[in-house]
Amino acid sequence: MSHQRREALYGLICISPWIIGFLVFTLGPIIASLLISLFRTDFLSTWDFVGGRNYSLMASDLLARKALGNTAYYAFAVVPLNTVIALGIAVLLNQGIKGQGFWRTIYYLPSVVSIVAVSMLWRWLYHPDIGLLNSILAVFGIQGPRWIYSEQWAMPSIIMMAAWGAGGAMLIFLAGLRGIPTELYEAAEIDGAGSIRKFFAVTIPMLTPTIFFNVVMSIIGSWQVFAQSFIMTEGGPNNATLTLVLYLYRKGFQQFYFGYAASLAWLLFGVVLIFVLIALRSATAWVHYERV
Amino acid sequence: MTSNGAVIRTDRPQVRRFRFLRRPKDFALRCLLYVAVMIGAVAFAIPFYWMVRTAVMPGREVYSWPPVWIPSEIQLQHFAAPFRAWPFERWFLNSGIVATLTVLGVVTSASIVGYGFACLRFRGRDQLFLIVLASMILPQQVVLVPTYLLFVRLGWNNTFLPLIVPVWLGPPFFIFLLRQFFMTIPREMLEAAYIDGCSPLGTYFRIALPLSLPALGVCAIFAFTFAWNDFLYPLIYLTRIDLYTVAIGLRLLQGMLGRNIQALMAAATLGALPTILLFFIAQRYFVQGIVITGVKG
Repeated sequence: MSHQRREALYGLICISPWIIGFLVFTLGPIIASLLISLFRTDFLSTWDFVGGRNYSLMASDLLARKALGNTAYYAFAVVPLNTVIALGIAVLLNQGIKGQGFWRTIYYLPSVVSIVAVSMLWRWLYHPDIGLLNSILAVFGIQGPRWIYSEQWAMPSIIMMAAWGAGGAMLIFLAGLRGIPTELYEAAEIDGAGSIRKFFAVTIPMLTPTIFFNVVMSIIGSWQVFAQSFIMTEGGPNNATLTLVLYLYRKGFQQFYFGYAASLAWLLFGVVLIFVLIALRSATAWVHYERV
Repeated sequence: MTSNGAVIRTDRPQVRRFRFLRRPKDFALRCLLYVAVMIGAVAFAIPFYWMVRTAVMPGREVYSWPPVWIPSEIQLQHFAAPFRAWPFERWFLNSGIVATLTVLGVVTSASIVGYGFACLRFRGRDQLFLIVLASMILPQQVVLVPTYLLFVRLGWNNTFLPLIVPVWLGPPFFIFLLRQFFMTIPREMLEAAYIDGCSPLGTYFRIALPLSLPALGVCAIFAFTFAWNDFLYPLIYLTRIDLYTVAIGLRLLQGMLGRNIQALMAAATLGALPTILLFFIAQRYFVQGIVITGVKG
């Protein structure tokens, strides 16, 4: 056997675990999921073929609409908010401050903690009468809202909690900032640029690939928000924090409408795909891929 | 004011960028920077402090208004409450088993697959790798319902197998991470091994694997954290309380101990501790791993 053919054979052997995994746990289930979404089924006694009924049902299902709207609210707030916060912290930490490792650790630590523990903790911080947040606000003479117990404030509460987890994106931004060649700053200085000008003319353009990466990851992650509302509010009050995945979980794994749950999953996938594609298409206009 | 600085060379480029701060009027700006970083850090750290404070303070102080910031004494009895009512230690063991087997699966399978994608040439390789990348974008909820059907039919509910088996078959994120690492091994090094009579697998074990140990460490830490914190999969597949992991166990505690906020905060502290400790022990790898995924992604 020639060297090339041997290499090709070994290559296929090496990636075979992934091929099996992809067929069994990704491609197979994708096809199965499409089929299941055409049935009304509890996976036990009922397997009724209903065609596109699950999808037309979804269009008129007020709760599905509400879940879609709530999740959009969350995603449209969290993606820009976390990107700006993460970028802001990263830029501050990149100014050659002393003890950078220490500060980085503090900002990153919330990101390694389980979302269940985080949600339990924030539920307590949001306690309307004796919680940390309202007691801090009271110091300034502000009567805080009822946070997760208020229909109006529940979703903003979950969004604020998400900002606490901006540390992951911050670390990626820090790595990106390190990669900007200092020559560019020197050249800008020689041209007479001040620090604000340097930030917008050098830092931001050179960081656009990192911003793009973080925005795409954040879009994918934020549309899948689930545990936060499941633990803090159980979707309430009055379904104000009912998200798509929480609704999918309820329909499928609590009420056993698996066909409907599968079609909800496709709605989620469609929405994520649309926004990722928009990000990808817009990338040519604003992402700066020039390597120095 | 700017051109003279360009000649100064220091080994800390990020300091050099802001040498204008050495001027006296910018000393104030520098102070402002530290104040901003510190205020932010306090805001990020306070929730942790509040959690531990609530767990250890005497009961009468928890509900006092205005709130007590520094407990008058430290009591540890609330850390025992979760163990008294539920098999909390068992949940730690379960999470530990799941996380360890996940780490082993990631390290073995993603490493060999990543090597195949990075170091061996075969037709269709780059197209297949594009599929790996695309599957990272797919929300796991799309495959949730059919894989549930599959695992239930296999009789795998109330076992750890649904949480572990997929990880042993090439998880895309880790394949991506390790492939990026293996790409940095010079081709000449691998060819030298071929010429000396090594098979591609021999090259993997003798050259690629030893070189990749730091990257494998990164994967191990990430995999442990993901597995420890995973919520949706254990929630769906584990219904027997003695099989619970810490993540879903905490949720059960919240339902049961809802009134006893001190025991809840003690339980949350204990549940959060393993990943926090791991982060402190392996901080360097953590940061490095994010550099690999972020910059090259």
